[in-house]
Order: sequence, then C-alpha cells, then structure tokens
Amino acid sequence: MPTSGVLEPDAGSATAPALRDRLDDILDDHHALLGLYRDLAVLRRIDEQCLAMARQGALALWAPIAGQEAVLVGAARAAERHDHLFISYREALMAALRGVPPEQVLPMWRGSALGGWDPDEYGITNPAIIVGAHGLHAAGYAMAAALDGSQDRAIAFFGDGATSQGDLNEALNFAATTTAPVVFFCTNNQFAISVPVAQQTAVQPAQRAHGFGIPSLRVDGNDVLAVLAATRTATAHVRAGGGPYFVEAVTYRLGPHTTNDDPTRYRSAAELEAWRARDPVERMRRFLADSGLLTDADADEVRNAADDAAQRYRTACAELPEPDAAGIFEHVYAAPHPLIDEERRAYADYLASLGGAATPAGPAGPSTGKEVPR
Amino acid sequence: MALAPAIGAGLRRALEDDERVVIMGEDLGRLGGVFRVTDGLQKDFGERRVIDTPLAESGIIGTAFGMALRGKRPVCEIQFDGFVYPAFDQIVTQVAKIHNRTRGLVRMPLTIRIPFGGGIGAVEHHSESPEAYFAHTAGIRVVSPATPSDGYWMTRQAIAAPDPVIVFEPKRRYWEKAPVDFSTPPPEPLGGARLTDLGNGDAAATIVTYGALVSTAVEAAETAAPECGVEIIDLRSLSPIDFDTIEASVRRTGRLVVAHEAPVFMGLGAEIAARITERCFYRLEAPVTRVGGFHTPYPAARAESHYVPGVDRILDALDQVLAQ
Ligand SMILES: Cc1ncc(C[n+]2csc(CCOP(=O)(O)OP(=O)(O)O)c2C)c(N)n1
Repeated sequence: MPTSGVLEPDAGSATAPALRDRLDDILDDHHALLGLYRDLAVLRRIDEQCLAMARQGALALWAPIAGQEAVLVGAARAAERHDHLFISYREALMAALRGVPPEQVLPMWRGSALGGWDPDEYGITNPAIIVGAHGLHAAGYAMAAALDGSQDRAIAFFGDGATSQGDLNEALNFAATTTAPVVFFCTNNQFAISVPVAQQTAVQPAQRAHGFGIPSLRVDGNDVLAVLAATRTATAHVRAGGGPYFVEAVTYRLGPHTTNDDPTRYRSAAELEAWRARDPVERMRRFLADSGLLTDADADEVRNAADDAAQRYRTACAELPEPDAAGIFEHVYAAPHPLIDEERRAYADYLASLGGAATPAGPAGPSTGKEVPR
Repeated sequence: MALAPAIGAGLRRALEDDERVVIMGEDLGRLGGVFRVTDGLQKDFGERRVIDTPLAESGIIGTAFGMALRGKRPVCEIQFDGFVYPAFDQIVTQVAKIHNRTRGLVRMPLTIRIPFGGGIGAVEHHSESPEAYFAHTAGIRVVSPATPSDGYWMTRQAIAAPDPVIVFEPKRRYWEKAPVDFSTPPPEPLGGARLTDLGNGDAAATIVTYGALVSTAVEAAETAAPECGVEIIDLRSLSPIDFDTIEASVRRTGRLVVAHEAPVFMGLGAEIAARITERCFYRLEAPVTRVGGFHTPYPAARAESHYVPGVDRILDALDQVLAQ
C-alpha cells in the first residue's frame, strides 16, 4: 500500500487528493494551521521536559514521543469530544491535548499513583501498559455505543508491536464481525523496543486489517495534516455505520523506547539521521513559513506557549504529593472488604509500633469511584 | 559475578552443551534483553537459536510448546512478571498438562524465565510476584534462584530437567555480586531448599523465604543476632517445596516466620504454615507467622517500600514469634 501524505512528498509519501479533501476547512484557515503547529511544538517541549525530569530522577520513567508528535496531534485533533480514546503509554501526552492537566498526567510516570484522571471527564483512558489489551476494550466500548444507538466512537491507539498480540487480533475480529464503530490506529514507529517491524509482521500493519474485513489507510505519520485527514476519513467511515477502520501511521521514534533503553544497540546513526530530516515539527514549521503563514509574532507566541507548558509540567511534578501507606489500601474494592480492613489495621499498628504516626487510618468506607482519597 | 550475567552464563553453557536448546523471547537477541541477561548470545549462537520473537507472550509459550514436541528444548523469556498473563492459558492448560494427558508419552522440557518482584521503582505490571498461580498448577515446577551461583546452576538444571520449569528471577538482585564456582554444582538438587548457617549458635527461630528476600532475611537475622539466633532457609524451589528441610529446622527452633513479597493471602506462606503445623504441631512454640505483600494491587513505585517487606517487618515478625 502507498503511504499517503499531504505535506511535501518525500521518499515514502504521496499526496493523496482524497486526504486533501478532508482538510478544506483547515487548509484555508491560518488560525487552525497555526494551532496544529502550536500543538506540535508544545508536545515537543513537554516531551523534552519530561525526558529531562526522568533523567534527573523526578520521574521514574518516561516514554519519549519525539518524532511522533504529528501522530498524537493529528489524531487527537481529528477526534471529536465524544469519541473515546483508548491509549497506551506512548500516547500519554494525547491526554494533554484533551485538557488533562499535568498533575494528572504525571503521577503514573513519577511513580506516585497508578492512574491519574477520570476517563469519563476527558474521554480518554489512562494508559494501558499491557500491550494490546485496550484494543479489546475499545472494541467493546464501540459495541456498547452501537447497542445504545449513540453516535459515540472509540479509537484505539497502539504500536506496530501490539499487532502481534492475540488480544489485538481478537479485537479486530470482534469489531469486524459486529461492525462496531471503532478506529484502530496503529503507530508504526519501526520498532517494538528493539525488534524492527519486519520481524513483527510479514506484511504492513495496514494490510493485515484486510484479512479481518476491515478497510485501512496507510499514512505518513510525520505529516500532521495527513494524519488528521486520515483520522477524519476513519471516523467518518465508522460513524456512517461502515464498521471498524484501520489507520497505520508510518513514523519513527527518534529517542529511546523509554528512559531505560539504549537504542544504539539496535539501530544505526544513519537511519536515525534520515528520519531526523523528516522531523514532523520542523516540517510543519517549514510549510507555514514557506506559505507565508508564520509571522515572527506567531513564532514567538508558539515558543512561549511551549515554554509555558513545559514549565507547568515541571512545577506540577514538583508539587505532586508523596503517596502514603494509607493509599495502598484505598479503592481496592468498591464495597467494604474485611481482609483489607484487617490488613490496614495491622499495618497501621505496625507503623505505630515503630514510633511514627500511624498513617493507614480505619476503614475508608465504600468507595464511590469519584471520592477524593483520604 | 552478579546474578544477571551468571544466569546468562548458564544459558550460554546450555546452548553450547546441547544443540536442541533454543532461547526465545522479546528483545533478547539484538538488545540482549531489557536486563541484558542474554547479552551476546545471539551474536555467538545466531538468530536461529536465540530468537527475537514477535511481541506476543501466548505466542512465545505456544510455539515453544510446539518446538518441544519436535525435540527442541526451548528456554522462553517473559520480559516482566506482569506480562506472563497473556501466556497464562498456554502455560497452565497446555504446557503443564501434556505429560499427564499423554499418559507420560510426551515430555515437555520447557523452561520459562520470568524476572519478578518489586523494589526497582517501576511502573505498574513490572513488580509483581505471580508465583503462587503457577505453584498451584500441577505439572510445572517453579524455582527461584537467590544467588549468582544458584542463578548459574539452577538455570542449567532447569533446562536439563525433563519437566516444564518456571524460573522466577529476583530482578532486584540482578546486579548483586557473589562468587560463582562454575566447576562444582551446589549440593542441593533442583527441588531442594538450602539452610543458611549464620553461625549464631543455638537458633531460636527459622525464617523461610526465597528470591529477593533471602538477603533481606539475612540482614534481619544479623540485626537480631545478639539476642536471638536465626536459621534461614532459602526455599529455592517453590513447587515442589522441600518441607523436610523446613521441618528439620523448625524441630530445632520451634518458631517459624515465612517471608515473601507476594501477597500473604492464599500465598505460598499459607501452604508452608499449614504443612509445618501438621508436621511439627507439638514442637511449635508459637503460631507460624507470615510476612508479605498485602491484598492490594502492587502500589505505585513511591509507595512500594510500604508493600515490599523490609528488614523491619521481618524483625517485627520475629518479635511476634519470640514473644510467645
Ligand atoms: C503484554 C506485554 N508484553 C511486553 C511488554 C513490554 N513492552 C513494553 S512496550 C514494548 C514494545 C511495544 O512496541 P509497540 O507496540 O510497537 O509500541 P511502541 O513502544 O513502539 O510505541 C514491550 C515489549 C508489555 N508492556 N506488555
């Protein structure tokens, strides 16, 4: 399958008129184009900030997105508010695009909580760490939406490695056979940690969808306009009752898999440089500049927005509360549970016997799912 | 030598000695594994014997099962404890049962290595202790080396065993060093526990533990030493369990603490407490006491020190059994 793009074609991409047609409202709208560029630049700076915080030990881990910003921005901006996004760790900053504040994005990465935000409030799940699991969740969500007769859709984001998982293949099959309104969005960044995509799948991820009876589109993932147009194509298809749709965005992870990874062990500097030349943020900047749409004032405004966002992440991280022992025993069950109460009490007694304050207090009572942790 | 390279050396030796041995898993070839346990093996033995698999745990175990049917001796790596569940079905319904189903005609000499346990500040699903699920299943052996020497020798013994063996490797100890004697295997067989003589004279309590907690228990015993001698048993094998060695120690000390990181509820400690109570009821001076994880999800990294038993919680348990 060809890789479709919108921005200037290069080695792997071809301009696709069908994609351009999806962008009529944007291509003539200076404000919208600038907004996309601002999103890209902001994500780049937040990502840099988080990487730095991980290197300094303020975050336990970070999964960088440098090189993949156009995927997050294009897809998130194409989705409508009522579309429920099912994400993995690499899409954590998609939550930022949905308005999740940094103090709810960061706890998982800092290691101060297992989750962060209310998925219903923002229409985006907390990141799945078990690769592929959330593909099924998205399919089920979409099946339920269809049962309800609603216009809501689900979009599941996952990597090329995830397409190897049984769960993901089962999700494709469930969605196809039930014509569920779900978009499967595969970010092919060429690697699952160290394993290149060719060792993951013998055909392109987008082609695999066809075996399930799901139409697909392969798109230049370093071209924010192409990703946006492709996602719009996909969501329109599922909303029209056409059943699931599959998008493969072809891109490259410029950084390590996570801050624990050493990519020099599995890829060459030359390959990295070749992809750096296709940097999605710079590409959009150039497009705007060449079209005379990026004034100095615009550039300053974008730079300031990015700096502000990064600073908010740094401040929020520094202000995150330390988790205490009491929190361990909270929200394990929604209804009271005698074993939890017993263990909470015993551990409080133990802490008290050490001479410190006994943090785990008595039974927390029934959990409503929304209550503020004590 | 540290535990991780010692296990790697065991794998290397197995690849050298037996051409049927193949190693397979995610990222273990080119990258050498996320913990570098398999570092250099693919370079030296090639991609046909050290296989970077697709990202699919059920696929890894299921295809290894098929390879074993054709006479290979696959050694599978599951990257982290919390990722074994997609393979759970293959392990408990297929791998564990084939020997029995075929009335002994088919052997399943499959080894599954799983780095397990917490204390490394990881995100969720990277710090779990799922060993009880597997010890509960008949047909698989479950072992856990705590020292570099055991890492080397138990890896070799597991691969040589005629039955499926799951090796739970205490990832928190991967980089702790101790001497390894590559020429002489330890006296304990794969199923045997080891009594650690701390030279404290008459011991007043026994601590049974395994994996990462063995050195924590030794530290606790050293702290307790002026007032109370402690015998420490490194279980080494979680299924079967060497109850004879535990019984012999408890007959000397009369008091038993079982410590593990896994949740106490329905854990290995419950089985050990029940069996030892049956065997030593009249010798016990105090109820068997368990220390371990809570009936909660493994918490976020910055709270894990409350969850993983440390020296203080083991000392507290010792106090409890000694108070009676
Ligand atoms: C079930 C499962 N197995 C293994 C892992 C460990 N792991 C985390 S990310 C990853 C690679 C994922 O690659 P891909 O799906 O391509 O996504 P990317 O990281 O490239 O965004 C692996 C093997 C996991 N998280 N879950």
